[in-house]
Amino acid sequence: MDLRLLEVSPTGAERAAVDGLLGPPASGWDGGERRTGATGNVARGGHRARARRDQLLPVLLAVQERVGWISPGALNYACQRLTVPPADAYGVASFYALLSLEPRPSRVVHVCDDLACRCSGSGALIAELEDRLGPEGAVAEDGGTASAWFRSPCLGQCDRAPAALLTIAGDEPEEHVLAPARGALPGLEGAAVDPVARVPQQGEPGLRLLRRVGRVDPRSLDDYRAHGGYAALRRACELGPEGVIRELVESKLLGRGGAAFPTGRKWDAVARQPARPHYLVCNADESEPGTFKDRVIMEGDPFALVEAMTIAAYATGCAHGYIYLRGEYPQARGLLEHAIAEARRRGYLGEDIVGHGFAFDLEIRRGAGAYICGEETAIFNSIEGFRGEPRNKPPFPVDEGLFGKPTVVNNVETLVNVLDIVLEGGSAYAQIGTDASTGTKLFCVSGHVERPGVYEVPFGSTLGEMLSLAGGVRGGRSLQAVLLGGAAGGFVRPDELDLPLSFEGARAASVTLGSGVVLAFDDTVDLPRMLMRIAAFFRDESCGQCVPCRVGTVRQEEALARLLGGRGRGDELALIAEVGRCMRDASICGLGQTASGAIESAIGRLGVFAGKG
Amino acid sequence: MGEMQHLTARRMVDLEIDGEPVRVLEGSTILDACRGLGIDTPTLCYGETLRPANVCRVCVVELEGARVLAPACSRKVEPGMKVRTDSERVRHSRKLVLELLSSSVDLSTTPAAAGYLERYGAEPERHGPPAPADPGRDRRRAGHHEEPDGQTAATAASPIKIDNELYVRDYSKCILCYKCVDVCGEQHQNTFAIAVAGRGFDARISTEYVAPLPESACVYCGNCIAVCPTGALMFTSEHELRAEGVWDEARQERTDTICPYCGVGCNLTLHVQDNRIVKVTSPDDHDITRGNLCVKGRFGVQHVNARGR
Repeated sequence: MDLRLLEVSPTGAERAAVDGLLGPPASGWDGGERRTGATGNVARGGHRARARRDQLLPVLLAVQERVGWISPGALNYACQRLTVPPADAYGVASFYALLSLEPRPSRVVHVCDDLACRCSGSGALIAELEDRLGPEGAVAEDGGTASAWFRSPCLGQCDRAPAALLTIAGDEPEEHVLAPARGALPGLEGAAVDPVARVPQQGEPGLRLLRRVGRVDPRSLDDYRAHGGYAALRRACELGPEGVIRELVESKLLGRGGAAFPTGRKWDAVARQPARPHYLVCNADESEPGTFKDRVIMEGDPFALVEAMTIAAYATGCAHGYIYLRGEYPQARGLLEHAIAEARRRGYLGEDIVGHGFAFDLEIRRGAGAYICGEETAIFNSIEGFRGEPRNKPPFPVDEGLFGKPTVVNNVETLVNVLDIVLEGGSAYAQIGTDASTGTKLFCVSGHVERPGVYEVPFGSTLGEMLSLAGGVRGGRSLQAVLLGGAAGGFVRPDELDLPLSFEGARAASVTLGSGVVLAFDDTVDLPRMLMRIAAFFRDESCGQCVPCRVGTVRQEEALARLLGGRGRGDELALIAEVGRCMRDASICGLGQTASGAIESAIGRLGVFAGKG
Repeated sequence: MGEMQHLTARRMVDLEIDGEPVRVLEGSTILDACRGLGIDTPTLCYGETLRPANVCRVCVVELEGARVLAPACSRKVEPGMKVRTDSERVRHSRKLVLELLSSSVDLSTTPAAAGYLERYGAEPERHGPPAPADPGRDRRRAGHHEEPDGQTAATAASPIKIDNELYVRDYSKCILCYKCVDVCGEQHQNTFAIAVAGRGFDARISTEYVAPLPESACVYCGNCIAVCPTGALMFTSEHELRAEGVWDEARQERTDTICPYCGVGCNLTLHVQDNRIVKVTSPDDHDITRGNLCVKGRFGVQHVNARGR
């Protein structure tokens, strides 16, 4: 490819960040020393260089981490190393909220101002930051370090709200989760203590997915094995690939990412594909506002995910797997990286896994601040080094997924369910829960409840039972509404607490379980303001590809703003409904299709704005 | 050999469109099938010479048994498919898509727009008066925006870009159809001067760091202008004549000829107004160019009108 590069050079730190990931350049062609003379004058361009396109996002993240922003010189050098056109790379970099194309100070605080944190003091936290660092995005000297703060969508720390993510760029970059981030923001002083994943039900009998969380040492493979780890892989190898899929089909496991597709069917479809290679992708881009269940599993029981993915790869014939992890989960990343390295060292990943003659390895790919990358085809584009825009379906991932090959893509929670299915058999697993929704489900309970956290219950428990588990409404106040399923879900009323939490129960009540969000709002909450936050979220997170979602999310927010400001034209409710219907019907992907759901449910089900518009 | 296998492997597919049985070649799109039946399907982002981006969604149709509507331009026909192209559901989405576009983008030089808007009864005004152009639009950060008050309708309006003598970029008119990016990139030109940058409503066509075209990889082939459906990309000659109010396609003569510069033999269509070449295109169906030209064929016509000639 004949690229026209920019006439700017990277700084030493920028070059080091890129080379740290890609290794030193081999020739003048890709940015190294030009060697004149007959020997050693080689050019490594062409297909081999272009085949490394999937390293683009990791390289951009490496520069961002080290330097704090992506300068033209850094982008240019990344382009030269990977044979990517600069305009193309700029398009990719500008897609992600955690990457900056303008200079930024080394220390940046991303403060969650999403739904759950708003229930727990994010407003006060933001006021404190404004006081200390000035307005959002402004550069301030703070304790001798240039700093800035930005608002962020949900950081997935809703059980310890309010949350912030602190990033410090440098030769040894740091990332810390500050949760709860109260008082004098201790993390800013450099004394951040990264919190440990805990679940309120810890140690209770009957836990399955959460049984090890808080009890096992997440950094010890031996401890994992002492708690029953890697028994499922052994059993899977006895069953054989077809046997594993048979058990999975019998278990009637449905995907936990929100779409509830039968996992067994998905695996079977990929296993049967003659095209090779097959890929396995674990969707750990958990970004639905109010969702933190996958983080708790990854931080509390990381080896379980590695084992489950190994079984998935064995059953579906994948030699390579990816965990696409949201960029805002530094702790999960550290623990998973350690778990993968340990598993590899001990022969649980690699060429000849536990002597069974099958090969599988996996790697983590970090997101960079884009909710849309949790969409099952946007995730492929993001891994491949393109903008995280969803693809049109068909073709479906089982036919043409990552790199155009048959791909299994499953959510973290879905995968971890596989361990028990393999161990105890599909039919035994199917006894748990309801007929149509088998097994247990993780619910992310947050907002105005006494004990927010991830709770595991069999399908069919009621919403009321869920709230009781979490200790009911905080401070004995009364419940105003529950947001079920996240921003892409919908609201339910306090008189609907007998709603059975199963896929069929939710469907019958015209709601969705989505990613398992149960966000409680007490009677002090200004619900219309929360609706504005949801509308702003979808506007910010739309990829911008298709018209219904790109413009529809904007018109929806504007109509809401008129209603909130009391300066409506009288047709706002009709407009919201009409725009919503178009987004639902004509958008490319699930983001647009669900972008009006919560808002319309608040209007229709809760009667917010009754008598207006 | 590959071609032969391809031809012999193709079967016919039976489906139903608006109650009428149709038989088309396997691999055809619903749009192809509709055209065969004489059903006029609105399209904006579709390009005859490009792979469908299916992003504008104005061509959506209803498929029996499907949860959502499908883009006619890219969805392949399947046996037994039952397609509705004019149901209330289809009309609603097409109407809203047109309203959303028209309320956010200047469609005044999109030839088909007025007809579509009328056909679907679109009322873009009801979304509010358009917000003024934003000079900072090119630099907006992904995932952040100012909270609106809803009194104006946000638009894609931004200052017009005139940074070279050959063509003008007015992204206030851009519907983000991806065609210019696709034609500049690996589908045709392999120059990669432009890409979609930013996200969501702030997505826009951009060079790296918003560099002016002369500093970018642009080779001025003008193939992006040829595929632009909205006039966001325009020959400087057309832009100037429009500004003077004298651009008049009805008075233009089109002359097909062959480019004199090299031995490839590209076909040119010269658009002539008042004895002056005001625009050069190439036929989409020409087997050499498929609508594409290089800078010489596209812009190298000054000598024809030169005074000293």
